[in-house]
Amino acid sequence: MDEHGATVLRVCRAVLGSHADAEDAWSETFVAALSAWPSLDAGANVQAWLVTIAHRKALDVVRARGRRAVPVERALEPPGRQEPEDDEVDALRSALAALPDKQRRVLAYHYLGGLPYADVAALVGGTPEAARRAAADGRRSLRTTLSREDTR
Amino acid sequence: MTATPEQQHAPQQEHLLPQEHPPREGHGGGPTSPADGLGPAERRVVELLRRTPAPGPVLSRLHARLAAEAGGRGAVDVAYTTVATPVGVLLLAATEQGLVRVAYDVEDHDRVLQALADALSPRILRAPARLSVAERQVQEYFARERTRFDLPLDLALSRGFRRDVQRRLLDIGYGDTRSYTEVAALVGSPRAVRAVGSACATNPLPVVVPCHRVLRSDGALGGYIGGLAAKTALLALEQVA
Repeated sequence: MDEHGATVLRVCRAVLGSHADAEDAWSETFVAALSAWPSLDAGANVQAWLVTIAHRKALDVVRARGRRAVPVERALEPPGRQEPEDDEVDALRSALAALPDKQRRVLAYHYLGGLPYADVAALVGGTPEAARRAAADGRRSLRTTLSREDTR
Repeated sequence: MTATPEQQHAPQQEHLLPQEHPPREGHGGGPTSPADGLGPAERRVVELLRRTPAPGPVLSRLHARLAAEAGGRGAVDVAYTTVATPVGVLLLAATEQGLVRVAYDVEDHDRVLQALADALSPRILRAPARLSVAERQVQEYFARERTRFDLPLDLALSRGFRRDVQRRLLDIGYGDTRSYTEVAALVGSPRAVRAVGSACATNPLPVVVPCHRVLRSDGALGGYIGGLAAKTALLALEQVA
């Protein structure tokens, strides 16, 4: 639980952007996981399972708020929630927020959640190859955005 | 932890793969190349992505919130917390019915939690709020401000004769002691002295169910789940009162 808590938080933050939304999705993920835990196979990959739940809960959070997952609304968050972050991570967060939904999810599930592209594809739809391409596109945009920041 | 900043920032091959299942990469079909065939700039992006913080304080706060929410929705079957005492850190665990386990450090709390998961339910969560009354009473006991525990107990972890014995131990008052032989007589099985011994040794609720008040007939301490030093300490604590 302790080890997966951090992973799931990273995934939720990357997907949802807003810290408050990410925390809601995190809580819902673990409440659901606790309820379903007894039915989980002993040999199951717990992290992959949690990332899958987090994916659904993140969608729920977005739906509940009645808007698309277009994040960066830090201004709305209560003070004290924000931790100091280094500029690079900050820049990355904005760049990530600007990505198309699917690319952002693919990057989060693959690189932060550790899911292979086949599993990522099962979550976001499409083929594994399409997921791989979405990741490549996402990486390329992030790279471009970040290098623009660097030279600013 | 001697890496220099340069080393930490150097692009390292192992950071670039989804570390959990590199062998399953091929699953998705298509060629699998190490590090997804990324160039240096993209590697940096991936590295940055992995550096997204998940701060400890935020996780602690989320955990507390989870404990409250999950508890409220009946998703947690066993709540636990730990409390520092003069005889070491005690683990306290409770079900909906009541306090179900008190465990000494020497019992290895991780193993105790695993045993609880196996015996009761895997839905176990650190949820101090659900144990606040038990925790307070334990602290009062060690501060000599309390001579009897007033808590709902769940004896689900013991059965039959052992459970009968453990229930009967609750009648041995603060500062008082009985011999194993006397306890055997109390439960109506005067010859079951050894079985009383094992009932004490397997008491799931030490301190609260006072098996430390049972001694050998010759006055020797007998055994104790928390170690003899703990047994001596509890008896001394109660004697002074």
